[in-house]
Amino acid sequence: MDSNKIKQHISRQFNDEMEDIRNKVLAMGGLVEQQVDLATKAFMGYDMESAETVVQQDQLVNELEKNIDHECTEIMAKRQPTAFDLRMLIATIKIITDLERIGDEAARIAKMTMRLEGADYYQDKYYEIEHLLELVKDMLNGALDAYARTDVEDIVAITAQDAKVDREYTSITRQLITQMMENPRNITRALDMLWTARALERIGDHSCNVCEQVIYMVKGKDVRHVSREELEKTVNTER
Amino acid sequence: MTTAQKRTHGIDISALNRDDKSQQAGSLETCIKVENLDLFYGDKQALHGVNMEMPRKKVTAYIGPSGCGKSTLLRCINRMNDLVDGVTIKGKILLDNEDIYDKSVNVAALRRRVGMVFQKPNPFPKTIYENVAYGLRIQGINDRRILDEVVEKSLRGAALWDEVKNRLNDNALGMSGGQQQRLVIARAIAIEPEVILLDEPASALDPISTLKIEELINELKDKYTIVIVTHNMQQAARVSDFTAFMYMGELIEFGETSELFTNPAKKQTEDYITGRYG
Repeated sequence: MDSNKIKQHISRQFNDEMEDIRNKVLAMGGLVEQQVDLATKAFMGYDMESAETVVQQDQLVNELEKNIDHECTEIMAKRQPTAFDLRMLIATIKIITDLERIGDEAARIAKMTMRLEGADYYQDKYYEIEHLLELVKDMLNGALDAYARTDVEDIVAITAQDAKVDREYTSITRQLITQMMENPRNITRALDMLWTARALERIGDHSCNVCEQVIYMVKGKDVRHVSREELEKTVNTER
Repeated sequence: MTTAQKRTHGIDISALNRDDKSQQAGSLETCIKVENLDLFYGDKQALHGVNMEMPRKKVTAYIGPSGCGKSTLLRCINRMNDLVDGVTIKGKILLDNEDIYDKSVNVAALRRRVGMVFQKPNPFPKTIYENVAYGLRIQGINDRRILDEVVEKSLRGAALWDEVKNRLNDNALGMSGGQQQRLVIARAIAIEPEVILLDEPASALDPISTLKIEELINELKDKYTIVIVTHNMQQAARVSDFTAFMYMGELIEFGETSELFTNPAKKQTEDYITGRYG
């Protein structure tokens, strides 16, 4: 599918409006990616300043969500879009909800980091989740990329990565439980870590939702709540 | 009790998830079947091997750019093209499995079964009553009781009765465009056709009258098979059950309206309905 699809309308104004929406979604996605990275690194490295930035920037993400939502509604009222245009708008409205939730998860991590200030148990830093962060960032990036290119080719790989994320999360949980059992004084720290890992795992799920909407946008098939095999089949069928 | 039948708090969950479309598909019956239809205006070919089956008591819409042959195809269904000089038609159109181009077919009888309404309302310069009664009168029915009954029934059927019941003897040309168009529809249904062909029935009307016509189409499909040509794609999406997209005399895509407008199979269809360069 060619990515210039939204530029071929007879009405140039329509092209501009759709292009504008796509750019804003990508800007919002970029911002959210940055939020996730910054928040988790702030948590791992005990960086209050970055955590503060994340909390403040959450406002921006929320504003973008409302803004894009409004523009989509306006186009629907004005132009009665059909086929790909309609699917792109519907998918966009759903995608930005997921992006906003991802932003919320990042803000949650940041807020928790700020509560750590002055905590005496903060001796060893929280590097256990670094791998999880990399996996999740990769998924989010891939999902946004698929949206930008209206291309579903790489989506199977992204959704496959979610299984890895889940395994990583389970293994972190197990590790933390062991630490808690070894020494009750580890419990506070372990719980902080658990909440952060949980937030990252959720971000992986939201990235999968974005992928599903991209499939709907490109293929016109609803792949929510279907098996992996079926999703793969939909991605690989022509049209 | 299966899971689908299970009731939660008095709500029948299976009813919420029931797919109306799949039920519909089971009860579809072909009313009009077009087979390998070619049509030439002189040397110029206007329709190229059109094949389609239009289901009974459903609304089928034809969409496509100007000159794509949609009106030509519509007019084939009641042989209006016979009136055009130099027309050659090959192929078949079957109405209830009978070829309407067969030599034995009485064209006047065919047109009683297949009524037509045009873009511009064309009431006769007579009273409202006589406009509706006209079809019966030329069939030799003059019994006042029967006529009264049919006129009221048809006007009600065309959602016009309440507006005109006190002025049935006024001249029809004094009505508004939207009312005239509904009057013409009342005139068409007075003789109880099987099929109603609508050629851009709302394109000369204001938005409110347009909505009334669309509402009317929705009511009429309980009794009649309806085929409508329209330039207004949103109208096709609203009123029809099936949509045919035509381009340069060919039928490009024909399918359920809900599918065709959200996820068309052909790129040409997509380009047309989304307003892209073809």
